[in-house]
Order: sequence, then C-alpha cells, then structure tokens
Amino acid sequence: MTQPLLKLEGLKKHFPTTTGGAFSKTKGTVKAVDGIDLEIHAGQTIGLVGESGCGKTTAGRTILKLYEPTEGKIIFEGEDLAPLSPKKMKPYRSQMQMIFQDPFASLNPRQTVGSLISAPFQIQGITPEGGIIEEVQRLMKRVGLNPEHINRYPHEFSGGQRQRIGVARAIALKPKLIVADEPVSALDVSIQAQVVNLLEDLQDEFNMAYIFVAHDLSVVQHISDRVIVMYLGKVMEEADKHDLFSHPRHPYTKALLSAVPVPDPKIGRARERIILQGDLPSPVNPPAGCVFNTRCWKAQDRCRTEVPQLMQIGVNHRIACHFPEA
Amino acid sequence: MTNKPFLEVKNLNVAFPTEDGLVKASSDISFSVARGETLAVVGESGSGKSVTSLAVMGLHNRKSAQISGQAFLNLESGPVDVISAEDEVVRKLRGKAMSMIFQDPMSALHPYYSIGNQLIEAWSLYNEGSKEDGRKRAIEMLDLVGIPAADKRVDEYPHQFSGGMRQRVMIAMALINNPSLLIADEPTTALDVTVQSQILQLIRDMQKEFNMALILITHDLGVVAEVADRVNVMYAGKIVESGTADDIYYRPDHPYAIGLLNSIPRVDQLEDKRLVAIPGQPPSLIHLPQGCSFRARCEFADRVPGNLCATTTPTLDQKGDGHFSRCHLPESELIKARVEIGGRK
Repeated sequence: MTQPLLKLEGLKKHFPTTTGGAFSKTKGTVKAVDGIDLEIHAGQTIGLVGESGCGKTTAGRTILKLYEPTEGKIIFEGEDLAPLSPKKMKPYRSQMQMIFQDPFASLNPRQTVGSLISAPFQIQGITPEGGIIEEVQRLMKRVGLNPEHINRYPHEFSGGQRQRIGVARAIALKPKLIVADEPVSALDVSIQAQVVNLLEDLQDEFNMAYIFVAHDLSVVQHISDRVIVMYLGKVMEEADKHDLFSHPRHPYTKALLSAVPVPDPKIGRARERIILQGDLPSPVNPPAGCVFNTRCWKAQDRCRTEVPQLMQIGVNHRIACHFPEA
Repeated sequence: MTNKPFLEVKNLNVAFPTEDGLVKASSDISFSVARGETLAVVGESGSGKSVTSLAVMGLHNRKSAQISGQAFLNLESGPVDVISAEDEVVRKLRGKAMSMIFQDPMSALHPYYSIGNQLIEAWSLYNEGSKEDGRKRAIEMLDLVGIPAADKRVDEYPHQFSGGMRQRVMIAMALINNPSLLIADEPTTALDVTVQSQILQLIRDMQKEFNMALILITHDLGVVAEVADRVNVMYAGKIVESGTADDIYYRPDHPYAIGLLNSIPRVDQLEDKRLVAIPGQPPSLIHLPQGCSFRARCEFADRVPGNLCATTTPTLDQKGDGHFSRCHLPESELIKARVEIGGRK
C-alpha cells in the first residue's frame, strides 16, 4: 500500500479538571481520548462512532490540532504535526478542513455568504484563478446553492442550505482531509440525504479523505469504508464497514448495533435487541479494567481489573475485549 | 383496535398571526386514538406535529393562536371537547386524563426542587392525602420506571440524574395519576441510542400497564417502525398519509412518504446504494403554494392530468381499509411511482 495520507499513533487528549476558584488546583484528568491509532488514505472515509462523551468529537478536533494533543503523533503525509506551533501549522491548515455539526452556530451571522466562503482564501493569502468572487460563485454552484445569493446572510438560508455553505467553505482550498463532525445530525431527514449525497459526490470529484464523526450508525454505515467504535475515550473495535456491521465482535458494538431502530416494522419488531443496563459512567472517574465492564453482560473478574488491549483478530479487524463474541 | 377511540380530533386548525402573515401551522387535522393503541406522528420540523399535540393538551396561548375544530376526549363521564372547553376544565384534564412528556428532560424539570417534590406536586393535584402518601407514591413510580434505589434518589435534584434517568423521571411524573392518553413529543431524540432503546421499552411497558392511548411524535422512522400501530405522516401542516404501520412502510401512497422512506440509510442494509434524496425544501407556512403543498418537490406532479396539483388542494382520501392519502396521483401511476423510487436505490 502507498503511504497513508494521515496516520495517528497513540493519539491522546486529556483535559485537567480543576477545583475552581482563585487558588484552583488540578484534581484529576478527563481522558477524553485515550489512545487512537488509525490510517486513512486519500478517497477513504473513516467513521468515528460512539455515544455522547465517548471522545469522538475531541478526537476529530485533536486530529486538526484544534486541541493540542497530550500525547501521540499526527502524521500527515509523512510529517508529524503534533509538535508544530500554530504558526508552523498554517500551511497544513489549507489541506485539512472541518465541517461542523450546527449550521446555525458555525456561521457568523454578520458575514455574507460570500465573505464566509472566501475567508479561507483571505486567511491563506491565495487568489484563485479568475478572482475570489468568481471562485466563490463556482463553489456555491457546486454545492447546490444559487450563486446569485452571494450577498445574503446566513439567516436567510434554511438549515440544509447553511450546511451547504459550511461544505463550500471547507472545500474552498481543495483540502486532502475533511473532518466532518456530525454534519447531518441537525438536519431534517429529507435534507440529510441531500447533504450525504453531496459529500459523497465531492469525495469522488476531489479524492478527499473524510473522517466522519457521528452517533447515527445508519448514516455512518452508509458513508464509511472503515469504522472505529469508541467508548469513554477508548477504541473498542475497529474494522472495515462490512465486517463491523455484519459481524461485530465486541459486545459493546453488538449492543450498539442492535439498539439502532430499523425502518421496517416486521424486521424492527422481530429483531433481537440487547438492551444495555444503566448509563455511561462518568468520564471523570471511569471504571477500572475494561471501561465497558459496568454495562457488559459478559463481564467477569478479569474485566474489572485488567485493561484489554486492542488486538488484531482478523484481517484489518481489531478489538479491545477479553471475551469477544464468536 | 375496534374499541371506541379515547381521543377524536376533528378538522383541527391551528394558526399563529405574525407580522409577516398568518402561519398556518396545522390545518385540517383529523385522527383518533384508542386506549392501548400507539399512533406515531412523523414529519420534519415545522410540519405541525408538536403544534397539533399542544392544541390537544390545551397548551397554546389562546390569545396568540387561532384554533378551530374539535378534539374530544371520551371520558367515562361523557365526551369533552378540549378546544372549546374553558381553561379551568382543560386544566383539570391535564395530568389526569391526558399527559405529556417532552423532548428535553432537563428543561422540563425544575432545577431548584427535588425530584420527589416535583412528583408529589403532580400527585397532590388529583389526590387527597398527606405528603407522606405522596412520597410513597413517588417512590413507587420511580421504582416502576426503573430508577435504582428510588427511596434515596427521590430526594435528589435533576442535575444529579443522567439524561436517560431524567427522561424516566419525566415518564414517572406524567404517569403518576394514571392518565388515559400519553403524548410523547420526541421522547428519545436527546438520548443516546442504547438509552433510547431502554426508554422506548419502558414507554411500551407502561402503555400496557396503564392501558393508555399513546401518541408518539418523532422524526425517526426507525423508532416508528418499532412501536407504532398506526402512523400519521405530516407535511407542511397537513396529514398527507395515514394508515397502519404496515400500510406506510410497505404500501406507501403519498410521494412524500415514499420519498422519505427511500431517503434514509438503513443499518441492516450493507449494499452501497446511493440515497434517494427528496429535492428542495418544505414551503413556508405563511405562503403555502396553491394546490398541493408538496408539488414543488414532487416528481410525479406532471403525471396528474389537468394540472390538478397546481390548482386544487388534494383531500385525504381513503385508499384502503383505514389507509388514507392526500394525493391526486391515480392508482396506476402510484404503483409505478413506488417502483421507480424504490427501484432506483
């Protein structure tokens, strides 16, 4: 295989928790992301899934160095970005972009669409061929917006159209990698499909790699080539999409998949469902041993003391579990 | 269900006057739900799902909303129309005859009072008895909805509960007076998927336990498939299709319902098929187009003879036993439409 576009080695992001007040002291750490390894190639989509608090968003942001990583390497085209200063990061920024979840919060309401989409050119000091305005209009057309609306403000657009503005801004500099953090979860069902299709078309056109962060397993299943399942900052299972969805080996993945409702009454009612007991434990004070042991129906004494390591159990299939499913 | 419906809504219209014009949030809504039956209401934001149920609960401000039509609750003492009844009368029905749970359990619970106090308050509205009796009942309900160590947690405050646990508290509060009708407005949307399945299971168990009529409002077609007996599909303030869950999922009649079902990815289908998106976006409720509200997004409108879709608003017509659809498309074209949208997948 060729060199991967991006390679993560043991990426960690810990946040200190403090006692607060004027004489604030650090009292502990939240291990939001506690060791991710991954390789992504051009044109590939990796889905990062898990429930709230599992660290998927933090992972996505740390990859782009929006958070300073605590430990580990972020190797982009052979260069480790982790130690780089913000200034040295700047040239790399044009090659890695982000699409945010909430198209209402991620667009400055006082800027026109034109100035929002042209911001990447201004920041990087690039003048595209034919001038910025022409390029912005071309981008608007490409993502399905009317180029005549270039002087309108975000509030004049619907949720789906705003997300298209976010997409246009992200692809403006023709990046090689896009981290999309829940890009469709704020959208209505009939609009979700439009944006998912747009992202797929753009990927085909520009051969971009996507890291697709989402909690909706149906969408992740549809768009991803490979999927990483996280729980409380740890990777539980990682596999190619078909393996993971047709034959999950980690008990958590199995339970997670069985909990996803299927839009088909006969299948939906008949499907065997594993209902996990309880809630996610607090990430401030995660369980000892395997972080999933408090909700796992297979947990034994070993799971409460010994942390399972991520192990290869098949072709491109890794899990962290002492007692994997058959 | 052959028994007499508990809730009968007839020609309900809700509109809000604004500076820009009249927002016709829901129009010409008729449906009924019997005890023990689950009606799911699906649609996009702004399709009128919540507005309709808030009208049934009598929760709209009568000064700012224009409401017409009827919504009968068939109580043992006789039917009561909650739309025309006095506020005082409706207030006495809320919590007892009908109850509601909301999407966001954090904003629906008061942060300043303990869970127990909030439950006791709901109980004491309809029950004579000491605070101790109320507390006993509160613990019983918390236990029933699966909150561990209910006798201790009853004295805790909402912020000490997780999202799923808060939603359980909301359910306990809604059910503490044995309502006959429960309206659940997006009860699991704010929850993680593993917690969602716990809460859906709980709502189903509670419905059996109390023999309630249940209206479940959601945009998640997966959730609907799992729990609904009947489904109302709403678009731009109107019911566009209504039928059993099987009718809607296997024999959808309205191009919007057909499109919606084909636009969602399924976790159990691994083929790499392109999603069939519905083009465009819903119309403004202030300037609804003449004729069919879905016409601008409908790819079959040109197959209806006489430009009917542009001129005449379709009526909700019977297509089969208990199956209604609001579309001009003739039956023969409809069968083709189902195949075309489905087959393109």
